[in-house]
Amino acid sequence: MIVAERKPLNEIVQSLAGRKRVLVLGCGGCVAVCCSGGEKQAELLGEQLKLAAQVACKAASGGEEAARGGTAAPGGKVEITVDCITRQCDREFFANMKHDLKDFDVVLSTACGVGVGYMTALYPEKVILPALNTTFYGANVAPGQWQEFCHGCGDCVLAWTGGVCPIARCSKSLINGACGGTNHGKCEVSKDMDCAWYLIYKRLKELGRLEDLRKMRPARQWSKDRGKGVRRLTHEELMQDTEVQK
Amino acid sequence: MTEPHVETPATGPVSKLQAELDSGKFVFTGEIGPAKGTNVEKCLHEAEEYLKHTVTAVNVTDIQTAVMRTGSLSVSHMLTDRGIEPVYQMVTRDRNRLGLQSDLLSAYCLGVRNVLALTGDHVSMGDHPDAKPVYDLDSVGLLEAMSTLERGSDMGSDAKGNPNVLDGVPRFFKGCAVTPCTEEVEPQIIKLEKKVQAGAQFVQTQAVYDPEAFERFMEKIAHIKVPVLVGIVMLKNAGMARYMNSSVPGVFVPESIIQRLVKASKDDKQKVSIDICGELIQKMKHCCQGAHLMTLGWDHCVPAIIQAAGLA
Repeated sequence: MIVAERKPLNEIVQSLAGRKRVLVLGCGGCVAVCCSGGEKQAELLGEQLKLAAQVACKAASGGEEAARGGTAAPGGKVEITVDCITRQCDREFFANMKHDLKDFDVVLSTACGVGVGYMTALYPEKVILPALNTTFYGANVAPGQWQEFCHGCGDCVLAWTGGVCPIARCSKSLINGACGGTNHGKCEVSKDMDCAWYLIYKRLKELGRLEDLRKMRPARQWSKDRGKGVRRLTHEELMQDTEVQK
Repeated sequence: MTEPHVETPATGPVSKLQAELDSGKFVFTGEIGPAKGTNVEKCLHEAEEYLKHTVTAVNVTDIQTAVMRTGSLSVSHMLTDRGIEPVYQMVTRDRNRLGLQSDLLSAYCLGVRNVLALTGDHVSMGDHPDAKPVYDLDSVGLLEAMSTLERGSDMGSDAKGNPNVLDGVPRFFKGCAVTPCTEEVEPQIIKLEKKVQAGAQFVQTQAVYDPEAFERFMEKIAHIKVPVLVGIVMLKNAGMARYMNSSVPGVFVPESIIQRLVKASKDDKQKVSIDICGELIQKMKHCCQGAHLMTLGWDHCVPAIIQAAGLA
């Protein structure tokens, strides 16, 4: 799954400066599973933004209005509405939005960067802003903890690395074994991080496959990993509705 | 200024370092680190004063510990201008294969022959932690790149997919590093085998303070027929020794050595440090082909260390 984490509230508030009608749009996919951008988190963010708007409104006009006996209206001058769809990386689910995008001058998406980018492509007349920082492809390794396992490099090596990815899990993405920074099974970058090549060595030894470590691995084709720009997947047998392929 | 473009014969040693290791002589190398800034005169002066007549070649570190400074290539070239043979250290952290291969050709054009291929400390260890780490190649890949250049080609190909042909072919004396006293030595040995297979012709090791562990390591790599220069890092005080034990991967300083530094008076510390280095070399010289002296700014101690090792 794609793992993401919420941006700091201040950064989100700054990105919304000048916007009056905000739709916070949650995503029920990966970001709901990692508890960063699902329906609950979108609602929580909506409440935080309403509070922030009230505070800002009071700070801006409170002094004068208080002198005149007035109060800042709840929610200030910013309307915050919350919605959530099943996934923001599939066109069909946008039809399930309970609100009409025409009623908003900005969408604050709590999807990963895929959702934000895809929604921007689908609704070019709208401004779609991100509420999350998309961080990695990972798994839920313990309650409340997610860890990176794959880098999406486009040329999987797990068959000969004992199932431990050195591209994602070695801080230098090395391919021929550990560097001199391996330290009692940990990486030089952090004592809390396993040395991926130590894990690979242990695993291959257990499996009786150290030959896989001994084999020379040629320089990687990084062209498969961003080197040629935007990557695409095409299944020709599924390409009937060309309209969707945009 | 000496003529930088040195033509080397197609066979035989390409450098004094290679020739001396070939001859079976116990060889010393030293090391300097370029300045953070343009004032490189100090390190060049120290190399001329203390290293030129005591060691065979002088390593020039490449943005060591990921702390930005003047580059290894320019200072290596300046050493050749001063009649000092450099070992051009090259890390794969900061340049992709285009940059690395181009700099290798540049190095050859500038008269540099010895190249030490290293991975390089991660950028997060240094003073630019937000830099993008490159690591397009690893140290094995860099050695393969050097070997490819020596065959008159490069890592790329022309439009038809044929190997590129170089107009002028370099030859290097190619080196690599190893950590002999790490707790898990088998993966180190496997990687060293790969480095040699990729073209490494000499080895300079991480710091060693445990001669018995080093000897065991050398026995385990007896099948690897390339000369090994044992790494000797001067311990300036007990605090540094303890820091190395806690923070430098694969380095173990025995308590007996730490106690000698603890007991040494302030005026005596340097002498004790020199003696420790000399004794380590004496104990290990029978099982290796040379010593790589890393004095960390105490370059003036190099002659005394060689004296203390009984090899002056």
